Amino acid sequence: MIPKTENISEQGTAETKSSGYGPGEAPRWADYSRCVHCGLCLNACPTYRELGLEMDSPRGRIYQMIQVEKGRLPLGDSFVQHIDLCLDCRACETACPSGVEYGKLVEAARAQIEAHYHRPPLTTLLRKLFYYEILPNPGRLRVFGTLMRLYQRSGLEALLRVTHLLKVFPGRLDRIAELAPRMEKPFFFNRLGTTVPAEGRRRYRVAFFAGCIANLSFARLNDATVRVLAKNGCEVIIIRDQVCCGALHVHAGIRDVARNLARQNIKAFAAGDFDAVISNAAGCGSVLKEYPLLFAEEGKEFYEPAREFAAKLRDVTEFLAGIDMNLNLGIMKFRATYQDPCHLGHAQRIRSAPRKLLAAVPGLELIELKEAEVCCGSAGVYNVVHNEMSERLLEGKMRRIAETKADLVLTANPGCLLQLRAGVRREGNNQRVMHVIELLDEAYRVAG
Amino acid sequence: MKSIGLSNELASVVGEDGVLWRAEDLMLYEYDALSSMRQPDVVVFPRNTEQVVKIAKAALRHNLPLIARGAGTGLSGGSVATEGGILLVFSRMKKILEIDLENQRARVQPGVVNLDLSVAVADDGYYYAPDPSSQKACTIGGNVAENSGGPHTLAYGVTTNHVLALEVVLPSGEVIHTGASHWDRPGYDLTGLFVGSEGTLGVVTEITVRLSRKPEAVKTILAIYNQTEDATRTVAAITARGITPAALEMMDGFCLRAVEEATHAGYPMDCAAVLLIEVEGLKESVEEHADEIEAVCRENHAREVRRAKSAEERDLLWKGRKTAFGALGRITPNYYVQDGVIPRTRLPEMLEFISTLEKKYDLHIGNIFHAGDGNLHPLILYDERNRGQTARVILAAKDIITRCVDMGGSITGEHGVGLEKSDLMPLIFSENDLDLMRRIKNLFNPDGRLNPGKLLPTGKMCGELRGGLLGGGTA
Repeated sequence: MIPKTENISEQGTAETKSSGYGPGEAPRWADYSRCVHCGLCLNACPTYRELGLEMDSPRGRIYQMIQVEKGRLPLGDSFVQHIDLCLDCRACETACPSGVEYGKLVEAARAQIEAHYHRPPLTTLLRKLFYYEILPNPGRLRVFGTLMRLYQRSGLEALLRVTHLLKVFPGRLDRIAELAPRMEKPFFFNRLGTTVPAEGRRRYRVAFFAGCIANLSFARLNDATVRVLAKNGCEVIIIRDQVCCGALHVHAGIRDVARNLARQNIKAFAAGDFDAVISNAAGCGSVLKEYPLLFAEEGKEFYEPAREFAAKLRDVTEFLAGIDMNLNLGIMKFRATYQDPCHLGHAQRIRSAPRKLLAAVPGLELIELKEAEVCCGSAGVYNVVHNEMSERLLEGKMRRIAETKADLVLTANPGCLLQLRAGVRREGNNQRVMHVIELLDEAYRVAG
Repeated sequence: MKSIGLSNELASVVGEDGVLWRAEDLMLYEYDALSSMRQPDVVVFPRNTEQVVKIAKAALRHNLPLIARGAGTGLSGGSVATEGGILLVFSRMKKILEIDLENQRARVQPGVVNLDLSVAVADDGYYYAPDPSSQKACTIGGNVAENSGGPHTLAYGVTTNHVLALEVVLPSGEVIHTGASHWDRPGYDLTGLFVGSEGTLGVVTEITVRLSRKPEAVKTILAIYNQTEDATRTVAAITARGITPAALEMMDGFCLRAVEEATHAGYPMDCAAVLLIEVEGLKESVEEHADEIEAVCRENHAREVRRAKSAEERDLLWKGRKTAFGALGRITPNYYVQDGVIPRTRLPEMLEFISTLEKKYDLHIGNIFHAGDGNLHPLILYDERNRGQTARVILAAKDIITRCVDMGGSITGEHGVGLEKSDLMPLIFSENDLDLMRRIKNLFNPDGRLNPGKLLPTGKMCGELRGGLLGGGTA
C-alpha cells in the first residue's frame, strides 16, 4: 500500500463518520490493523474458492469490518450475509504471514451482529431455542436426545425419507435431515461423575471433556476415547458438572452464553489436580484453549482462571503423540486417508500429531489427501444453516477423497465425521469414516 | 444510474450472480494489495472467452473503461479501476484447459492460481517456473499482465520467458492469437508485447505456458552475517566466480525477526543480514557449486553457513522468505514497499544510502532484496494515523527510486508500473521512447479505455508519487 497524505472522501462519505458498531465487543484496531491486504489468504478460503468474490474472502471480510467501523458500511444485510457465510475455519490464519487472528475478528463481528442486528423472527426464535435453551442445559439435551432417538427408531424418519415428504417443505429440509446424527444409547451423560482407572501402572491423571451433543450422538466415540486413554496409563476422570464448551455460541457471536458456560467449566475442572484436560473434538478443544479471549474485555476477573484452564487443555491426538504411547496395536489393514479438521489444523495448529498416531498403526497405509487443509463444509451448524455452500464444499472433498482410492477416511472431529459420512452415503463409495481414536481403539481391541 | 441498465445487460451475458453493482459490493474492489479507493461502476465475472468478448463489446457501446483483475494481489495498483468502468474479474475463469507433458506445456484460463498449476503437474515431476512470493494466491493472468518475477528469476527469467502463446480479446471485441506452441514463430513477437502490458493493450483470455522439469538436485544455503556489507559483498563475489545460483536472496535482521516470529523457520534473531542461496541442477554440479558458494560466504565473513537438510527444512526457509512482506504486518500497521532495481555490484552503496534516509526522515526501513538480480524491496514502515510520518515516507520513497535510476537501474523490477509508478516512467525513458509506447498503445487501445491511468505517464502529476491515490487505510 502507499501512504496517504490527505483525507480522502468519496461518494459523499466522509471518513469522520461515526462507527457503525454499537456498544460491546467488536473488531478492534489492534487486531485488524495487522492485515496489510496482501491477499495471500484468498485461495486458502473455501468460500472464496467457490464464489470468487472479494466480499466472501478473508481480506474482504476484514475490509468490510473496517468499513463498518469507519461508518462507510452499515451493520446491515450485506455485511451480515458475508460475515455469516464465513465458515470460521481459519484456513486464512494458516495462510496469513502477518499473524492476523481472523477467528477473533469474525467472532467479534458476529457479537456485534448478535447484539445490534435484527434477524427474521423465525430465525431469531430457532436461534434462541437452540443456543440459549437446549445446548447449555444437559437436562434438556437429554430430553431432546430421547425424542430424537424415538423419531429415528420408530420408523418415522425412514417413512419421511421413503415418501420424500420433507421435500414439500421450502428450502433444503430433506438434505439437512440427512445430516442429523444418530442418537447412541446409552447416552454418555450416564458416565459423567465417574472415574475410569488406568490399565496397568497409572502414569497420568487426566480429565475428559465430554461435550454436549456428543453425549447423545457420539457416546461410542467418547467411550472409545476413554478406553484408549486408559490403555495408555491414564486414570480418566469424567467430571460431573461439566457443560457444553460454548464453541457454537462463540462462532455465532453469542458471547454471554459462552462466557457463562466457560465459567461453569472452569469452576468444574478447577477442583481436580489433572495432568491434562482432554478433548476429542477439535471444535470444542479450540474454543476451550481460547477461553481467555472470552474474558479479555468483559468479565476480566475470569481471565486468569481461564488461562490456567486453557493451559491444561490437550486434543486427544496431541496428548497421545506427546507421551510414550502404548504400541500394542493390532494390524489394521486399510488404505486410509486423513482429513485435517479445521479447528485442529488451522485453529490449534496440530497437524503432525494425528499423523504420528496413524503411522504407529501396523498395516495402515496412509495416502495424503490433496487439499486436506480445506474445510469439508461441516463447520459446526454451518451445514444446516448454509447447506448449499456446505454441500458444494463436500462435493469437492469427496472428489479428492475418491482420488486417494482409500477405503477408510479418518478425521479427528465429530462434526467432520457427520459431514464425511453424509458425503460417503451420497457418493456411494462405501468407505468407512472414523475418528483417529476409534481406529486406535479398534487396534487395541484386535491386539487384545 | 448508468450502472443498473449496464448491469442488466451484463447479467444477460454472465447470469445474475456474475454481476456486482451495489455500493456495498463495489467498495470491495477499490483496492488490491495497494490501496486506492477508486471504484468501478460494475464488476463482472466471466467464465469463458465468448463472455469476455460480449463484455468488451458492451464496454465499447457504453464507452466505458475495461479493467482486468485476477486475485488482486498486485502491489502497484494495476487492477484498480482509476476512472470507473467495468472491472472484469477472472476468479471464476480458472480452468486448466490442457496439460501436455510430452511437450512440456499447459493451456490455462487466466484465473488459474500460479501454484495450483505447479501442484497439478507436481506428481509427474514438472512445475511452472515463475514463482512470485504471492504464488499461493496470485493468478497466471495477473502474472502475464505484470510480467511477474520471483526469487528464481535469477536463473529462470520472468513470466515472459515461460509464455508460449496467448489468446487476447481486443477492446473492439475481436479475438486474436499470438505466439505458438513452439518457440520460434515468424512475424512480430506479439506475445512479448502483451506480456507486461498491464492490461493496456488487450484482455488475455487464454495462456499457453511452458512447464519445466524439476531439477535433479537442489541445495539451499543460509549464510548468516553480523555485518550487512559482508552479505552484499558476497553477492557480487558469487557472481564474479561465474556461478549462477537459482536464487540469491537477502533479508536484513530487522525483517528477519518478524519473519522468524511468523514461520519459526530457524532464522537467527540476532544477526545483521542473511543470504538465502539456492543452486539447482545435476547432482554432481550442485554439490560442487554449493561447496564453492559456501567458501565464498566464509571468505566474506559469514558467521555461519547452513544447508537445508531436508525438503521440509528448505520449504520452511522459503516460506519465511515468501511471506516476509506480510510478516511485517506483525510489527507495523502500514508499510510501503519499493521495487527498484540497481546493478547488483552497487548493493553495499545502496544499503548505506537507505540507512542515511532512515536517520534523515526518522523512519524504519526493512530491506528484502532479490540480491542476485539487484531487485530491491525496501519496506518503509509507518502508521497511517500519523500524518507527518506518512508525508516523510513519500519523500524517502522518492529518494530511493531516484537513487536507483541514478545508479543506472530502474523504477520497477517485478511489481509492475501500474497506478503507482506511471508518472515515474520519464525517469527511465526518453520522450521518444515514451512516444513510441503511446503509439503502440493507441494502435490496440485507441480511445484509452483499457486500464486507464496505468503504465504510461498521465501527465497529471508528473514526477511525483501521487499522494492522492494513497492509502485506503486498511492497515
